[in-house]
Amino acid sequence: MGVVAVVEHVVKKPVFGCRMCGQCVLHDTGMTCPMTCPKKLRNGPCGGVRENGHCEVEPEMRCVWLKAEHRSRTLPLLPASWRAHFAALRPPVDNRLQGTSSWVNLLSGRDKERPAGWDTAARVEELS
Amino acid sequence: MSRLRELVEDGQSLIVTGEAPTVDGGDVADFGDRVAEIASWADAVNATDNPAAHAHASNVAVAIALCRHGIEPVLQVVARDKNRIACQADIVGAALHGVENVCCLTGDDVTAGDEPEARRVFDLDGPQLVHVAARLSEGRYLSGRTLDPAPRLFVGAVENPAAPPLEHRAQRAAKKVAAGARFLQLQICYHPRRLERFVHVVHGDGLTERAAVLQTIVLVRNARALSFMDANVPGIDVPAGTIARVREATDPGEAAYQLALEQAEHALSLPGVRGLHITDFRHDGAVSRLCRDLGIPTKEERRANAHRAQLPV
Repeated sequence: MGVVAVVEHVVKKPVFGCRMCGQCVLHDTGMTCPMTCPKKLRNGPCGGVRENGHCEVEPEMRCVWLKAEHRSRTLPLLPASWRAHFAALRPPVDNRLQGTSSWVNLLSGRDKERPAGWDTAARVEELS
Repeated sequence: MSRLRELVEDGQSLIVTGEAPTVDGGDVADFGDRVAEIASWADAVNATDNPAAHAHASNVAVAIALCRHGIEPVLQVVARDKNRIACQADIVGAALHGVENVCCLTGDDVTAGDEPEARRVFDLDGPQLVHVAARLSEGRYLSGRTLDPAPRLFVGAVENPAAPPLEHRAQRAAKKVAAGARFLQLQICYHPRRLERFVHVVHGDGLTERAAVLQTIVLVRNARALSFMDANVPGIDVPAGTIARVREATDPGEAAYQLALEQAEHALSLPGVRGLHITDFRHDGAVSRLCRDLGIPTKEERRANAHRAQLPV
């Protein structure tokens, strides 16, 4: 882990429970880390959320996505575009980035890289 | 073209799908006997992918077995047990055998099954899996590598209208439709008002024009089965009053059937619902009785008469 990654971890771990996935989407998810979901889902709550709003896997824990969904709507000072991004389809995690700094990856653009087949045919055409 | 796709795309025909029984032994002929009843009513039958996190004969193997019996399969693919490579291989492998319908799910956690010590995968989530399946049908693997010719696929997904956060469920369904889902098999729902609200929103948003909404109906024998689902199946809540109604009836088996019939009638009365997805745990002819009581002709009759169900406007 590089120096920046260590600093990032020290800052984000206590506040967000950061798991150092290296491709941070906190801004899209109501400042709630989706990697704290036991299934590590990036696109919203699974269908197993309990009647009391708790996690299917960890009955004592409130569903991470319930929290994220609520906070994406209600958190003060959140820019409107971040709130709107909640509904966006987030691509699969790049498992190679685990343990690296999302700050560095953000600056280098590495965290924006998608698998080549992720874009739709319409999107590929649009880009070319 | 798959029959399911044909029905979905005609925009009005009633659609019935069903769940194939799980296979834990026996051969393809035995399986044919067990799937015969549901197959005579359902336009397509789901080949499940280790449902409730229990190991069974695989989704792809069951889908092929369905094909061998002349039954149109819906290949279920669950993100829990396989990474993105294996999920794509399932879909492309099944397509090799003519399997066109694919239903993508996140899946129950391993802790819901009988091997809770297993490693959970979830390399993709449900919406991502839908998106990847849709890319495969365009002739590209997630890596960007080409499939030539592109497999003919008809992609769908699931949604749970009754699990929190209720206000968000329609948005999540919309995300899956935007990713490429053309049918949505909704989780069984013991809260009629929640189902109404969900369907009202997705219908109002125009989602039902892009994807066929099918409500799951589960046929069980008694109150114990309802209690079991309530306690053990993630995301399913069965109100105590509903369980009591079945348990305290003079004929609990009949009361359990009537509950399912009511649910089916209610679902079909909602504008935006295109049909039913039937799961049978009774194995006593209840599927046939249900369809007859609902006035639904058999699959072959509907096909022969190009039956148009009177869907509410």
